[in-house]
Amino acid sequence: MSSTDTHSHEEHHHEETFITKWIFSQDHKMIGKQFLVTGIVMGLIGVVMSILFRLQLAWPEQSFPILESLLGKWAPDGVMDPNIYLALVTIHGTIMVFFVLTAGLSGTFSNLLIPLQIGARDMASGFLNMLSYWFFFASSVIMVASLFVESGPAAAGWTVYPPLSALPQAMPGSGMGMTLWLVSMTLFIVSSLLGSLNYIVTILNLRTKGMSMTRLPLTIWAFFVTAILGVLSFPVLVSAALLLLFDRSMGTSFYLSDIMMASGELLPNQGGSPVLYQHLFWFLGHPEVYIILLPALGITSEIISTNSRKPIFGYRAMVGSILAIAFLSFIVWGHHMFVTGMNPFLGAVFTFTTLLIAIPSAVKAFNYITTLWKGNIQFTPAMLFSIALVSTFITGGLTGIILGDSALDINVHDTYFVVAHFHIVMGLSAIFGLFAGVYHWYPKMYGRMLNKNLGYVHFWVTFVAAYGVFFPMHFLGLAGLPRRYYTNTAFPMFDNLAEINVIISIFAIIGFAAQLVFLFNFFYSIRRGPKATQNPWRSNTLEWTTPVEHIHGNWPGEIPEVHRWAYDYSKPGMEEDFTSQITPLKEWEEEESH
Amino acid sequence: MTGIITAIVVLLGIIALVQIVRIFEISREVSKTDSNAVSERDNDTQGKLLLAVMIIGIIGFFYSFYAWGGITLPKPASEHGVDIDNLWDITMGVIILVFLITQPILFYFGYKYRGIKGRKATYYEHNNKLELIWTLVPAVVLAGIILYGLSTWVEITFPDTEEDPMVVELYGKQFGWTARYAGEDNQLGYANVRMIEGINVLGIDASDQASVDDIVVTELHLPVGRPVMLKFRAQDVIHSAYLPHFRVQMNCVPGMVTQFQFTPTVTTAEMATDPDVVRNVTEINEIRAAAGEDPYEFEYVLLCNKICGAAHYNMQMKIVVEEEEAYNKWLAEQKTFAESL
Repeated sequence: MSSTDTHSHEEHHHEETFITKWIFSQDHKMIGKQFLVTGIVMGLIGVVMSILFRLQLAWPEQSFPILESLLGKWAPDGVMDPNIYLALVTIHGTIMVFFVLTAGLSGTFSNLLIPLQIGARDMASGFLNMLSYWFFFASSVIMVASLFVESGPAAAGWTVYPPLSALPQAMPGSGMGMTLWLVSMTLFIVSSLLGSLNYIVTILNLRTKGMSMTRLPLTIWAFFVTAILGVLSFPVLVSAALLLLFDRSMGTSFYLSDIMMASGELLPNQGGSPVLYQHLFWFLGHPEVYIILLPALGITSEIISTNSRKPIFGYRAMVGSILAIAFLSFIVWGHHMFVTGMNPFLGAVFTFTTLLIAIPSAVKAFNYITTLWKGNIQFTPAMLFSIALVSTFITGGLTGIILGDSALDINVHDTYFVVAHFHIVMGLSAIFGLFAGVYHWYPKMYGRMLNKNLGYVHFWVTFVAAYGVFFPMHFLGLAGLPRRYYTNTAFPMFDNLAEINVIISIFAIIGFAAQLVFLFNFFYSIRRGPKATQNPWRSNTLEWTTPVEHIHGNWPGEIPEVHRWAYDYSKPGMEEDFTSQITPLKEWEEEESH
Repeated sequence: MTGIITAIVVLLGIIALVQIVRIFEISREVSKTDSNAVSERDNDTQGKLLLAVMIIGIIGFFYSFYAWGGITLPKPASEHGVDIDNLWDITMGVIILVFLITQPILFYFGYKYRGIKGRKATYYEHNNKLELIWTLVPAVVLAGIILYGLSTWVEITFPDTEEDPMVVELYGKQFGWTARYAGEDNQLGYANVRMIEGINVLGIDASDQASVDDIVVTELHLPVGRPVMLKFRAQDVIHSAYLPHFRVQMNCVPGMVTQFQFTPTVTTAEMATDPDVVRNVTEINEIRAAAGEDPYEFEYVLLCNKICGAAHYNMQMKIVVEEEEAYNKWLAEQKTFAESL
């Protein structure tokens, strides 16, 4: 066994050329980094877009020369056109949800950590893994290219509900831009499926000796369940997208019926249902929330435990709540559709299932808090971002109890209350998880450390600005302000909301500036950061037993055997406050069931 | 010019960052310590910062309610709206309580257990009793919220059929609303987009007897205290009829008819004298006066709340709730569908 392993590892070593090492790499660590850097670039585009439309929302009539230089004909005299406003919110949503928080987060850390933490030489199929990245890359290129087409990018909201998204006559964004959106998303889903299948197979089959499922770090559990969610739900989005493509270009009527455009053009379509699309979309759309959130929760479980120097509290409950959340996420999609005219009885069922999710979520929050209790907390930037995640997970989760309640949803549905809710619970939590992961595993990725003090600056400005942006939005929603409004000046009843909009936009710009600090830190440290030691955070998991320098096959010799779970921090009787998973049990230790 | 200045500022920013990082690195070399490892001092500073930010955050939380609590929608103007607002208040009370307990604990633990050299954390990996408690307590609280929520939902969506509501259609298209009263027979005539022609903008079937007395208008008047069954249609894309003051919202979907029944309970004139409304209108008018705009008088309004295209933000219709008498007078002035043909 060991001799073949060493042998195969040496074999790989000779073959590497520039192209196989840096571009068409099949090494999971390189692919993880590729996902991360692509995700960061897409994230930058998505965040810049949000700054642009925040300018419009806070100062609706003001002229900003920068808008004209960036948007050209879409912002004559520096004032944004309503069509490009809608396009910006649409592409901002699409990019952040799929390209940053799905591919950038799950793609990066599943790839980097699964083989390293379970003790495998690489993914089950390096080739599929490479394809997964390149499909993602192609999909990103097409999405970015769609920004430059004559009629503008897709603009029907990130959920692209037909008929608006199906009919080029309804808005310019539903022309070529929408076709590219659908093509891009289809490629994205292919990427996601290739990745997810690989993750599942790898976790099930390639665990090292002694790494039973109950000894897996919670990161791996989270990635595992996320991959299952993806495999089961993304294909449904493909079907929704394909039917939409048919309706758009082949004259079918899956989603269209009885339509006359404002121009007087009567469409021949009959018998379709726009609500069908919403069912298909949200059957993915809701699990997608957890595809984004679970990896972030997994990452922070690991980081909070490591930096509290304590075992994660209630390991089994944490695994159980991941499973419960994942299961429930498939039977709650209707809570996005309480006011679509769906049968009210169904609304009642979805209210029930939706609110149940609060139970496993509460368990997770309490377990995090208890993990901090009587710890010896090391405040790395990663740890701070993890604590921030728990905070936003609680805040956003609580408003979910309001929105999941069909009767309460009636009046806040599609208002800024919803925008506030999902940005806090999903956007902020996941992005905090992503940052936490980057700060924590940067030494593993690049062999160097990120600058700690810049990390602190990045964290505090981001954290304060994030609440500054999204907390006041609740009040806008309670004032009845609908989302996706180009401006609220058309309604005098909203005139007194201008002040809040200005505050939000100022926080958004401050928050954006903090991300520039992060970008600088990230790219500067790749070459210039201080060299990392093998196990800088004194962590238990297997990835810290590999050498700092990346090698194909991860371990120079045999893959180590695992003797214990990942969370023996500060175990009484041990000299150090951490005990690596590869440390054999001492005579006096009993194998405990956690 | 601005471009050049921006480029220079960005460049200077990057140079400044490089210099700051260089200083960190040089100081590390000088003092021979690893400045990137988290020191005891870092733990102390960051722990205290967590506590401070939490306290400021909680103050900010209360202050935001003080500063902005008044801009929220005024009291509900419909029967079921009162139920929704009661449910809202109770649910909100519960989640604010949980928020104010958990967040301070989270940040306080961060502060209290900030790392100290030589101290060992407590090895505490699970406690079934504790975990059972915080599974069961949320479950019980949620059961209450679910039951209360569902009973409200059922009351709203399965209204009393004996009330014999007045039927009114709301019709959305890019980018405006039209309303149609069912007339004396209280039955809307059949309509379909295929029959839209000339002034028949709703595509009403003139051969359907029920359509003769239908009344098509562009301003919605409702008599106070009378149940209304709203029927919704859309001509081109999905719109959403949002009547925030009445706590009513329903999507208008091309190819199907949706509905929502409610009873308005407060006339426009009464609502305009509500203290909350008066305060907000005064505030709004101060802002409008400063900007040189006409003063605003309170009115109920119907908004579009489903993205529908470029002018989505300006798709509105005025709603007037008035006494039965005034309503009847207004309605008598409108032409019926048969008259208008």
